[in-house]
Amino acid sequence: MNILVCVKRVPDTESRIRIQHETKSIAEDGLNFVISPYDEYAVEEALKLREAKGGTVRVVSVGKDAAVAVLRKCLAMGADEAFLVKDDSPETYDGLRTARIIARAVERKFAGTDLLLFGKQSVGTDNSQVPAMVAELLGLPQATVVTKLEVEGTSATALREIEGGMEKVVLSLPAVVTAQKGLNEPRYETLKGIMAAKKKDIPVVKLEELGLGPDELASQVEVTSLDVPAQRQAGKILKGDPIETARELVRLLRAEAKVI
Amino acid sequence: MIAVFMETRDGKIKKSSLEALSEAKRRAGEMGVETAAILVGGAVADLVPSAFALGAAKVYLIENKSLVDYSSQAYGLALAEFVGEVKPAALFFAATAMGRDLAPRVAARLGAGLASDCVKIAVKAGALEFTRPIYAGKAFLSLTLRSTPKLATLRPNVFPLGEAVPGAGEVVKMDVTVPDGTVKGRVAEVLKEESAEVDVTEADVVVSGGRGLKGPENFVLLHDLAAVFPRAAVGASRSAVDSGWIGHQHQVGQTGKTVSPNLYVAVGISGAIQHLAGMSSSKVIVAVNKDAEAPIFKVADYGIVGDLFEVVPRLRDELKKALAD
Repeated sequence: MNILVCVKRVPDTESRIRIQHETKSIAEDGLNFVISPYDEYAVEEALKLREAKGGTVRVVSVGKDAAVAVLRKCLAMGADEAFLVKDDSPETYDGLRTARIIARAVERKFAGTDLLLFGKQSVGTDNSQVPAMVAELLGLPQATVVTKLEVEGTSATALREIEGGMEKVVLSLPAVVTAQKGLNEPRYETLKGIMAAKKKDIPVVKLEELGLGPDELASQVEVTSLDVPAQRQAGKILKGDPIETARELVRLLRAEAKVI
Repeated sequence: MIAVFMETRDGKIKKSSLEALSEAKRRAGEMGVETAAILVGGAVADLVPSAFALGAAKVYLIENKSLVDYSSQAYGLALAEFVGEVKPAALFFAATAMGRDLAPRVAARLGAGLASDCVKIAVKAGALEFTRPIYAGKAFLSLTLRSTPKLATLRPNVFPLGEAVPGAGEVVKMDVTVPDGTVKGRVAEVLKEESAEVDVTEADVVVSGGRGLKGPENFVLLHDLAAVFPRAAVGASRSAVDSGWIGHQHQVGQTGKTVSPNLYVAVGISGAIQHLAGMSSSKVIVAVNKDAEAPIFKVADYGIVGDLFEVVPRLRDELKKALAD
């Protein structure tokens, strides 16, 4: 079974986000970048499937040279091969543009892939667009936000989260699946894995090699503004007897906040 | 025209789709265009009146036996055909599990731009401007889309539901053929969670617990508190989830869910930045924590500094009394 995992480099979740207003972009200096947490579940699932069924795990990221660090982490976890599709353009927030790049890369460079795994969204852009778009562009079925995945022959059964329950989705392979927290517990890299990953070559696929036209690479999104939300003001603090404070809180929620 | 996909579950239109329709109606009014609702399924004609009640001028009915159960491929094809024929200026979805699964497929099929999980929509110089949180709400991005149509998913619980008044309009039936072999994935079964609890993203009140609860057995305090309200859910911090005290579907924060209820009650949660990102768009925030220096108090509208094991049961009793009045 040939699995391709798509990963993205993002600021870690403890990051405080600052805006560069002149370029309407996120200030990247001082941020600590990591593999998007949901992508880590996708990599782990791929490795588990390979352990159970054999085959290969390849990992790809679309981005700048810096994304190599994230790809190396995936190699250290145990992926067989990693590829960088080099795209130096700044963040467009346009899922379709990225999806077109990935779909074309799959057709041209990763033919014969049985399963495409993604994180359910990148932590940051929070679009949740790319995986389903790739599925559509390639004519593949999908299961998004998956917490359990079983593969049997040429079909996969996935449990996906919906409001107040789960949906069991049956897919014929090849298919696209996106990982949600709960799917598995990602492994740590071993020292041996880290050493081996350092020696591995990470081939670079140039955007031009994919033969996408300027229209396909143009962003549909025009950013009009980017801001951090107004800081919430600290409110009233109640201390003392639990009964008194509880009573006063309920009074305030009714009389002042008017939420009950 | 602004068209809105009406998600149906259990034979009813989801409230979040009706919110999306209400918002479409308001923006379409500003743009001087009409609003339409799209119902897709096996037999969904019964649901037409609820769409008219919120001001849709037209309801498009796409009924077909291959559309009885949701599949992103078949529904994606149906909506793309709708767009091809009707040519709306915009197509809205609720940002639910289904909407988030479906909208990107439709966008890719049409080659159209999509604004995900919008929390504000404005009309500027005749064009729709979408505002959406990024980094789980640490920043807000406003954007316009160059394509026609413009696709957007709208976050549940954010856009006010319009007042329903009985109305009528034009019902347009559309035939869509789903060729054999199109659908390679299908929903085999829907498994409901045992509890009848609403999802944290859809609840009016969210009561969340963190490390201060000391163990999984104490979440019962939060369930009891939540039970006082009609549409409440129990949430949790990442550390409570990672400790295995409660399922991850309850997690609020940057690697969990982003919520915006009317009332958010944080119990024994210190307020790590990734948690604050997921809940700071709540309308009113209450914090209960024994540590007066906890960062959660910096964002809370009301805070009680005290022992949660003493405060929470009292709070439940007082709320019960107040709500009974």
